[in-house]
Formats: sequence, C-alpha cells, structure tokens
Amino acid sequence: MNKSLSSSIEQDAVELTPYLAWEQEYRESIGEDRPVENVSGIPIKPLYGPQDWQRYGHDNPLSYPGQSDYTRGIYATMHRGRTWTQRQLIGLGTPADYNARLRSLMDDGATAVSLIPCNSVFRGYDMDTVDAELLGTCGVVLNNVDHMERSLEGVDVGKISCALNDPSPFTLLAFLLVAAERRGTDWRSITGTSNQSDYISHFVANHMFYRLSLPGARRVLLDHIAYCKQYVPRWNPMSVVGQHMQQAGATPAEAMAFTLSTAIQNAEDCIARGMQPDDFLPRFTFFFDISLNFFEEIAKFRAGRRIWSRITKERLGAKDPRSRRFKFHGQTSGVDLTRQQPLNNISRVTVQAMAGIFGGLQSLHTDAYDEALACPSEFGARIAVATQNILREESHLTDVIDPLGGSFYVEALTDQMEEKILSIMKIVDEAGGMYKAVESGLVQRMLGASAQRFQNRVDSGEQVVVGVNAYRVDEDASAHTIVERPDPASMQAHLDGFAAWKRERSAVEVEKALDHLTRTAEDPSGNLFGAIVDGARANLTHGEICERLRRDLGFGQPLTIV
Amino acid sequence: MTAKDFRPRVLVTKIGLDGHDRGSRIVAAACRDAGMEVVYTPPWQSIPAVVKLALEEDVDVIGISSLATDHLIVPKLMAALREAGLDRVRVVVGGIVPDNEQPQLFQSGVRQIFHPGTTLDEITTQISTYASEARLAAAETGV
Repeated sequence: MNKSLSSSIEQDAVELTPYLAWEQEYRESIGEDRPVENVSGIPIKPLYGPQDWQRYGHDNPLSYPGQSDYTRGIYATMHRGRTWTQRQLIGLGTPADYNARLRSLMDDGATAVSLIPCNSVFRGYDMDTVDAELLGTCGVVLNNVDHMERSLEGVDVGKISCALNDPSPFTLLAFLLVAAERRGTDWRSITGTSNQSDYISHFVANHMFYRLSLPGARRVLLDHIAYCKQYVPRWNPMSVVGQHMQQAGATPAEAMAFTLSTAIQNAEDCIARGMQPDDFLPRFTFFFDISLNFFEEIAKFRAGRRIWSRITKERLGAKDPRSRRFKFHGQTSGVDLTRQQPLNNISRVTVQAMAGIFGGLQSLHTDAYDEALACPSEFGARIAVATQNILREESHLTDVIDPLGGSFYVEALTDQMEEKILSIMKIVDEAGGMYKAVESGLVQRMLGASAQRFQNRVDSGEQVVVGVNAYRVDEDASAHTIVERPDPASMQAHLDGFAAWKRERSAVEVEKALDHLTRTAEDPSGNLFGAIVDGARANLTHGEICERLRRDLGFGQPLTIV
Repeated sequence: MTAKDFRPRVLVTKIGLDGHDRGSRIVAAACRDAGMEVVYTPPWQSIPAVVKLALEEDVDVIGISSLATDHLIVPKLMAALREAGLDRVRVVVGGIVPDNEQPQLFQSGVRQIFHPGTTLDEITTQISTYASEARLAAAETGV
C-alpha cells in the first residue's frame, strides 16, 4: 500500500516541463510523423523554441539593421524608409516597340528602366545574321547606338536608374554611354547596373549569355569594372548572379554559396590587378532567384548578408561599411510556375515576392503569370507590376524592418543555412576557387544532381505542384493567352533601316575601330572596355564587336555535363 | 532483333539561340537511365549540324528542347531532315510552346510536344514508342 502510494507520488514529482508535455502530446496526436527536409537538405522540426536559437539570451543576439553583420538588413531604414526598386524585366520587338512598353510600365509605377535584348544579342549576333523568325520574340533587337537612343527616347538616363541585361563584353552599356554623350548627359550622373555581368554563372548555368572564352570573359569584366570606377562612378559594373544557378537546379543553399564564391573570385581578381577593395566592393551587387520555399529563401538571404559582411572584412580587407553591404535584386522563380491553370501563378509569384521582401531585397522583379506559356504578355506584365504595388502599398509588409527577425524558426534556420552555405563554399575553396571549380565541371555536376533530385521529388509526388501532380482539372487550352509576336512588317523595316545605316557609315572608321579593338586585346595593359566604347562611338555594331573579340579572345563553349 | 535487345537511339539537342538547358540535360539523363543510347549536344546547334549528327549516329528519335521561341524554326529542321532522306526519324519537342503555335509544328511532322509538367516517365515511354516506330519504318523501307 505504502509502496504503491510512494511510486504514484514519484510519478507526480517528475511532472513534465511544458516543452516535454507538448512534445509528448504532439507525438501521440500526430500519428506517423513524416520527416520534413527543405530543398537545401536541412531537416525541419515541427516546432522551434529558444533552445534552437543558439544565440538566444545573449546580450546582443542580433545586430541592428544597417550594422554589421547586417543579418537584419543593410540599411538602418530598410523598407520603412525606401521600399525596393520595382524593376520589371522587359524587352521585345524593335526599339520603338520597347520604348512604348517601357513608358507604359513607367506610367503603371515601374521606377527604373530594365532592358532585355533579343536572344540574338545575347548570343553576340546582329539581326541580319540570324533566323528572322527568332528576332525580337524575347527581347529588344538592339545592335547599335541609334537603337539605344530610340529605345530610351523620353527617358532621362541621368535621372533614372537603368538595368541592362548586358553580359560580357558590355556593348549595351557602351551604346548607352555614347547615347548619353550625344544627348549631353554627364556620365557621372548615370546610375544603374550591368545586370548579369558575371561570366562565371553564364559558363555554369546560363549558356545563352556566354560568348567569350573563360579567360577572355575574365579580362573584359575586370577592364569593365576598372573603367566604370574611373568614368561612370555611380554605375554598378558587377552583378554576381545566383539566379541562373538556382534556375538551373541548384538548391537555395548551393545558389547562395556559389554566388558568394563567385564574388570572392571576382574581388580577388580585382585585388590581384592592384585595385583597392573599398574602391570596387561598394559597386558589387547580387542577383538571386526567389523560389516558393518561403522560409528557406528568407533564411538564405539573411545568411548570405551575414556571410558577405564577414568575408569582405576578414578575407578581402574592406574597411568601408559600404563595401560590406550585400545589395541584391531578386527575381521570382520561373521554374516554379506552371503551364497548367496559369492564373495560379499569380499566387505563387505573390508568395515568392513576399519571401524576397522579408529577406530584405533592394529591387524586385515579379514574373508574369504567363511565363510558363510564352514570353510574358503585356497583360501578364501589368498584373506582375500590380502585385508589387499591392505588396508594397496595401498590405503593410513594409511597416516593420526585418519583421521575422527573432522568430525561433527563422533564426535557427538562418544559422543552419549559414552553416550549409559555408560548407559548400569550402568545397569550392578546396577546388581552388570558383574559376577552377567551374572549369573542371565540379559545380556543373552538383547542379545537375540537384536538378535531378528536384524533378524526382515532383515526379514522385513528394513535392506537390498544384495542377501538375495534384488537383488537376480539365482545362480548355484555348483559354490560354495567345502569344504576342513582333509585327513582321515593323521588324522588316527595322532590318531594312539597319542595312541602310550600315551602308551609310564610314567603312574607314569601322576598320579603324576594329583594329583598335584587336590592338587593345593584344595589350594586357590596355582597357578593352574602353576600346568597346570607342567602337560604339565609331558606329561598330554589337555583332561586329562580339565577332572581333571572339576571334581575338577565343570563343566560349560552355562545359555541359549530363 | 528481339524487343529485349532493342535500344532506342535518341539525339537530345537545342537549335537556335536559346541556352536554357536544364530540361534537355534532365531529359537526356532520364533517357540514358531508361536504357537508351543518348547523343547529347550543348545548345545552339545549327539545323545542318543536327541533320548531320542524326545521320552519323543513326538515331531513331530527335528531341528538341525549346524554352525561348526556338520552336519557330523547327519546321525548317523537319524540311532539312526530309531532304536528307531521314523521314523515318521521329521528332519530338519539349519546353515552352504556346498553344496557338502548336499546329504549325504538328503540320511540319513533329510527333509530340511535351509541355512543362510532363513527367520524365511519360517522356521516356513516349520516346521509346517513337523509336520502335522509327525502326519499324526503317525495316519496311530498308533504309
């Protein structure tokens, strides 16, 4: 009797802590608990508490916004002060078509210029050397300074920031600078970014933008950084790109790691050329994909900011706080969009955009819902802009800085993503840095494996995709938007105009400018980007500049691994 | 030849200007894993280069991946294949093809268009079927 009484008292004495009580009830209620792992491979618990956030209870568990290590944001005011730049990628048809679309988007609230050239431009060709069917279907057909002037008619490039999708050798920036010169705009007032100037990501994952051999592309980039520093000081010449790699299959942690490793490679290359870190690092920007993995993306950005702040100081020797700020543009992920029930993509884009906003981005492109059907329609692009307007001005997302900071889950995940990212960066470092790691195919193999894993998760139904492997409905395909193509007559007129312009320009000047390019390419101390600007001024076309550099610096064939 | 040792020969490639190759790489790997002989090329092949490769490698099926409007020149490829006497080779397209532009592809002889959301299993099964068809056609005509 006594004995049983004492044992029941003992049982009462080991009263469960609230946590253990929750855990016990959770286990009993949930039945079979399916293990959850995020895309980056981090196991996700059902609940996070103080014990999961290692710095919880420290005097200063988190820095303040605008203070190192910038986990909570790179500026003191963040979106409460100035919201992100609304930068919609656009480009289509002829320069006149582009100009009309640009001005209509600006009327709708877009606050910066973004220019996407035609795929023929990306590949380094002029319009008169490719299949006419492909001209202007995905971007503006822009081959010379005149075309740039027409594209930006009515837009003051001394006042509004321009993002040019302008991979090496940066002919679009050369055209922009000469167009500005003709208008009397001071180069020092020009702001914007050479979007996607990062040749490494093109070599690995966005082959469309890849034109020159690896060593040639490296040289042109460094010359371009040095030239902008001297003559266009408010221009961001370096945009390090994680977006391509994530779109090509990298997990969020891999994409962040490869991007940071690329930034280190480029910074160390600049330092090796004798540049001071604080001279170029403030003009480094980053460009990322924002997938539907909401919390994982937020943690990715917070962790990336923290790592970059440390690397710039400890490894690269930066002293200026501006060198340590991780400025980034985010684009919602097109890979997550579906062809099935395409209007559902508006919801997907909204969630992706929110992840970017809570992740602390500086500028944002929201995809149009019809991206998985075709290059976006004007209607789709307008909804994408409206989505940003709603998020920015209707939903009170920007009232508080880093609103998820201090969440046990978000902080624990930020720490774990940081650890994961650092472990991948270590693999790259051990391979001799990013340049060597892509030259040998190491990074490509990692991307390919991750892409395969993701597709298997979708095919097996482990990852639900509404309308694709779940909740399918019979759809009337005729309800899909009809794709818009450039008007063949105006494209023909554009081609004719280009041919006439070519006949009229001075052949002597053209030859001289091409020789100047070759001579500069042969002289390692010359600035090749300067010669490209000279070429633009002498009426060289985009294709002519690219062709000459392909000859002198070697043509780039990306390394593809299946 | 028995069905057992029939190994479809498939060329996975991209023509035109677009370089988005995540899809073509994944499909090539899936075909290989399904036991096919796969010839894979990087993006930006010219139409004559694809025809030449199809001849040299004696492929049964050509898979063209197109994410950024390159499908508009697929009819030119079909004509070039016919001209080279490769009528038996079956051509499929995968990627982004707007609905209103599908008819011109089918009219030019494209067998199937795999849109986003198609499973790898579906793709490899169909490619196998087309490969058997192509072999049968070859046996009949003695090509």
